[in-house]
Amino acid sequence: MGHGADGEPGHPADGRPAEAPAGFLSCDETIERLYFYLDGELTEQRRIEIARHLDLCGPCVGAFGFESELRKLVANRCHDRVPDALRDRVAQALREESASAD
Amino acid sequence: MADQGQFSDLAMEYMPALYTAALRMTRNAADAEDLVQETYLKAYRAFGSFELGTNLKAWLYRILTNTYINTYRAKKRRPEVADVEDVEDLYLYHHLAGDPSAGLGRSAEDEALDRFTDTDVKAAIESLPDTFRMAVLLADVEGFSYKEIAEITDVPIGTVMSRIHRGRKALQKALVEAGRARGLVGASDEAR
Repeated sequence: MGHGADGEPGHPADGRPAEAPAGFLSCDETIERLYFYLDGELTEQRRIEIARHLDLCGPCVGAFGFESELRKLVANRCHDRVPDALRDRVAQALREESASAD
Repeated sequence: MADQGQFSDLAMEYMPALYTAALRMTRNAADAEDLVQETYLKAYRAFGSFELGTNLKAWLYRILTNTYINTYRAKKRRPEVADVEDVEDLYLYHHLAGDPSAGLGRSAEDEALDRFTDTDVKAAIESLPDTFRMAVLLADVEGFSYKEIAEITDVPIGTVMSRIHRGRKALQKALVEAGRARGLVGASDEAR
């Protein structure tokens, strides 16, 4: 049940070159895995496949480089200095907690 | 089992990270300070159940997250959604695409990123719905793994991946809007 019979014969797989060598990812497959790659969440085998694609594909290298820069931007542009008053408050609260527990 | 006497020595160094997350989640300094203080008090009280040698930072984030959800978040009747159906992969990249004849080396898109300010980035993150904001903060600001985020937020790893994915798309959409408002991004959608 559920799969139906509407297999759309002849529908081309998006972005995959018809005569792609075995194991060579298409750009679509590479971009799909971009974040898993940058997140370090791919198996070694998958990493190698991506790296192999990037060795040969300038546009995908550009996209990976950009997303990696964006990641750094998000990480670096959103830090806030802890107010001294907060450090003091927390230290004080912990001291009181510790004293009341004795 | 951890000894409460060690708590301050081990846990205080994480305050800047926790405070940043608290600010992004509550969106105001007074609530963020209260949230951080409450997190430290709860963590101190529960420290006996913390296993030394395991991930203290993730454990503190778990307490912060739960405290935020239970105390500060308005009760939601329905699950949150991030409206990102119209946001394709590489959305920001395509919108920043500049003059293709621009010089070699660092691309025009990478250069354009530098023009976003701290305020732009913070506002974009703060515009995300709660669950997506938390996922993006934990992944992209704090660099936790999917598995750690699943443990911190107490949801299956597939849900974590979906939240991060949609959250990042919503973030790119918010950055495009911010960039457009400041003239960093062309008004037209025909950037491709």
